[in-house]
Amino acid sequence: MQNEWPLWEIFIRGQHGLSHRHVGSLHAPDAETAVRNARDVYTRRSEGVSIWVVEAAQITASDPDAKEAMFEPAEDKVYRHPTFYDIPDDAGHM
Amino acid sequence: MYAQMIKSEATDEDPEKLAAFQARIDAGEKIEPKDWMPAGYRKTLIRQIGQHAHSEIVGQLPEGNWITRAPTLERKAILLAKVQDEAGHGLYLYCAAETLGVSRDELTEMLLDGRMKYSSIFNYPTLTWADMGAVGWLVDGAAIMNQVPLQRTSYGPYARAMVRICKEESFHQRQGFAIMMKMAEGTEAQRRMAQDALNRFWYPALMMFGPSDKDSVHSAQSMRWRIKMNTNDELRQKFVNESVPQAKLLGLTVPDPELRWNEEKGGYDYSEPDWSEFFAVIQGHGPCNTDRIEARNKAWDDGAWVREGMLAHARKKAAVRVAAE
Ligand SMILES: [Fe+2]
Repeated sequence: MQNEWPLWEIFIRGQHGLSHRHVGSLHAPDAETAVRNARDVYTRRSEGVSIWVVEAAQITASDPDAKEAMFEPAEDKVYRHPTFYDIPDDAGHM
Repeated sequence: MYAQMIKSEATDEDPEKLAAFQARIDAGEKIEPKDWMPAGYRKTLIRQIGQHAHSEIVGQLPEGNWITRAPTLERKAILLAKVQDEAGHGLYLYCAAETLGVSRDELTEMLLDGRMKYSSIFNYPTLTWADMGAVGWLVDGAAIMNQVPLQRTSYGPYARAMVRICKEESFHQRQGFAIMMKMAEGTEAQRRMAQDALNRFWYPALMMFGPSDKDSVHSAQSMRWRIKMNTNDELRQKFVNESVPQAKLLGLTVPDPELRWNEEKGGYDYSEPDWSEFFAVIQGHGPCNTDRIEARNKAWDDGAWVREGMLAHARKKAAVRVAAE
């Protein structure tokens, strides 16, 4: 399989000002072709106004087995949320 | 369905890990590519998603057959768009399968040399323009029946591919039904053509859901894993209940003398398809099996120089870029 085209992850930004979002992947020999193919595979119904392509091999991801160590520290920090604070209604919208 | 008779793989792993995995599925969590999963879950999914992807790709052939002969320019544009969607559906699914550690080329090779299958329905010929109507209405209709619940399947990438596919599928069924309406309201010859298409596609469409529940031995494990959401007979019954009134609306007759409403079960009683025909088609003896696989092999072989040439060009360009840095 050394002649298989590399895999590209595809990100699309829709029309309404949201960030680029991962939509899937495809194979292409190079970045330019990946963009062109992404247009045909992922935006046949005006789903996007901008396309990013990233070679899948270039992505570094967090380790799913280290999920707890990585994300649990945020769970006991309730004071980071606005609802932690009791503020009288008289103070107005805050 | 697009994936029929998927054999579930047995799994012999640490019972504690298996129980924790099953608990995640029971809690409605999605399993993602890098998460631990039983080897059997992975293998069964590769087989199922791969077969589904191959069905989308091979499914382009019977409809592609009519692109150059569509009766109007508008119908031709619609059919082209539909067939292009099927290619897209195949690609969404291949990319979901690849997250399980199988490569796209491996999947393609397994289709081409017969190790992997595609849906039995695409081994039937499309003889007249009315068949484009029957295929969209019944074949895509049956596919929708199966794919809608799969949007909630346990494997994240598969579920997400299903969401995209389902969004596009309703156009497929409606354009098919619209063709049937036009034909059924047309001249006597056109109406006969529409009836003939229904006659030929009715039972093959019922076969899409796979063998009767009493003969499907692999369902239980797949249902526990939530990669199969309903039994074959449940979906088939649902399909019959929806299609029969639609046929009536068209003024066409479903080719089943035993068909009647059963008040008690709230559904139609209907005749089962000829299962010996189904098994023969699955084993390669349908009217078009040889043609379909030949066409896929030819496309793969004829495209080899393009794939190789583009890769060589990309590598050369990359080397020049590195040298310039
Ligand atoms: Fe479709």
